Amino acid sequence: MTPPTTLAERLDAINEFDREPVSEDRLQGPGNFIGLYAGEHVAGTEFVIGPLFVAHGVAAGDLILGLLVGNLLAVLSWAFLCAPIATRTRLNLYWKLRKITGPNLLFVYNIVNALMFCFLAGSMISVAATAVGIPFDMTMPGLNDLYPNSVGWVVTVLLVGAVVTVLAILGFEKIAQFSKVASPWMFLVFVACGVAVLPQLGVTSLGDFWTVANEKIWTGVPMAGRVQFTFWHVAFFAWFANMAMHIGMADMTILRYAKKWQYGFFSAFGMYLGHFVAWIASGILVALALQLGDEVAPGPIAYLGAGIAGVITVVIAGWTTANPTIYRAGLALQTVTPNWKRWKMTLAVGAITTVAALFPALMMRLLDFVALYGLILMPMGAVIFADFWLLPRLGLRQDYAEWRQLLVSWPAGLAWGLTLAACWGINALWGLQIFFLGLPGWFIATGLYVGLSLAQQRTAAPVAHTP
Amino acid sequence: MSLLLKLGSLVGLGLTVVPAFLVFAGTISWDAHATLMLVGALLWFITAPFWMHAEPEASSH
Repeated sequence: MTPPTTLAERLDAINEFDREPVSEDRLQGPGNFIGLYAGEHVAGTEFVIGPLFVAHGVAAGDLILGLLVGNLLAVLSWAFLCAPIATRTRLNLYWKLRKITGPNLLFVYNIVNALMFCFLAGSMISVAATAVGIPFDMTMPGLNDLYPNSVGWVVTVLLVGAVVTVLAILGFEKIAQFSKVASPWMFLVFVACGVAVLPQLGVTSLGDFWTVANEKIWTGVPMAGRVQFTFWHVAFFAWFANMAMHIGMADMTILRYAKKWQYGFFSAFGMYLGHFVAWIASGILVALALQLGDEVAPGPIAYLGAGIAGVITVVIAGWTTANPTIYRAGLALQTVTPNWKRWKMTLAVGAITTVAALFPALMMRLLDFVALYGLILMPMGAVIFADFWLLPRLGLRQDYAEWRQLLVSWPAGLAWGLTLAACWGINALWGLQIFFLGLPGWFIATGLYVGLSLAQQRTAAPVAHTP
Repeated sequence: MSLLLKLGSLVGLGLTVVPAFLVFAGTISWDAHATLMLVGALLWFITAPFWMHAEPEASSH
């Protein structure tokens, strides 16, 4: 068999094992999805997001209501946007998107996705480093630190990054198995941390909680340099935190194994056991750290709640999130360097990621980064939605690039680029913050793709049919 | 043996979360809670890998 030469062939070769739609005998039951979602959304990021809500001065009522509503919207997005297409096509995101965008545009998407993965993994290496550095009395980065603040930090990040990278090279599958073992335990650590420190905040009975929550935890007063968060910020952040997965359709890769589209609702286990509980718990921890004048980085606050077990949790949480993302980024970037063996590309990705991790900005500005990540990838999810549901109703052909054997779908490409430009414009001209841009952006992307597809298909020359 | 491992894992999870509520109730000290959580963590990671199922095909991306 001749080795792949063209870009399309190289892309396809990496994903070849997943080319065919999932067959009936490979579909999975509810338990797998419950476990998967619950585990995936109790991660290193949770140690950062909760504290950042506190830093942004959200009030207690706004936080609780915002998390309830926002996480519900996320669940509904998984269930009504992603799952129906996933269960009808039984394809992963790569193969579905390829039919619509053409392989060359998909290549660009892959690269962008890989870069986002690199930065996400970098932030998780930073998280783990804040735990590893505790025994060495390392100077921790503060909430407002953007650049490396000590030699100790640099050395620790490089060490953690090296270990994560080597493990990503040696055995992604084993790490994934370990991650599944760690997940139930990590969830309980979050619960334990949040409960155990309440007496130190002045909560000695359940009745005290709401008063203390308003006065000492989610006070409604932002830290210097932070935008005040309201109910809307929390709700939209909770909704769009995983926008790349639900609205962006990346979780087609998981939900294609679901027996029914309703399994999309199992994402609630991730949103409410994971995000809701963990973000509240980590917020409680950082409030205590601020009260004590202690360090607010993930490692130290976890130590406040659970001692050494808490520190171990942060290391594992950061590591098990960083590892698969480095692996996936390496996979995606392999199309750029087809002559590189996978280990070499993973090493390169790990090196880039580790350098990025040196900058605490990735961790301390994680809310902004997560919002940006989802926003950048969201338009392609809108394209999939529009192509699947709307084009047929307008008498247009789905998967047009595949049918025409096009390398690039210009409607998809323009929809992507113009949507992001429009979102930038909305932010620049009207000041709508990044956390909210996904909503107008989705409608813009959908409308653009439909309109441009109309223009493309109605003006295209007819395809010659062989007799 | 499998039952023993699962019991050990359950105890490990119990030691992870129950002490926190005992601290909240003022029954044990924070130091005791931290020690019990560490014991619980060790117990969980020693026992759970032997009985938890292998990763299913619907793997996260």
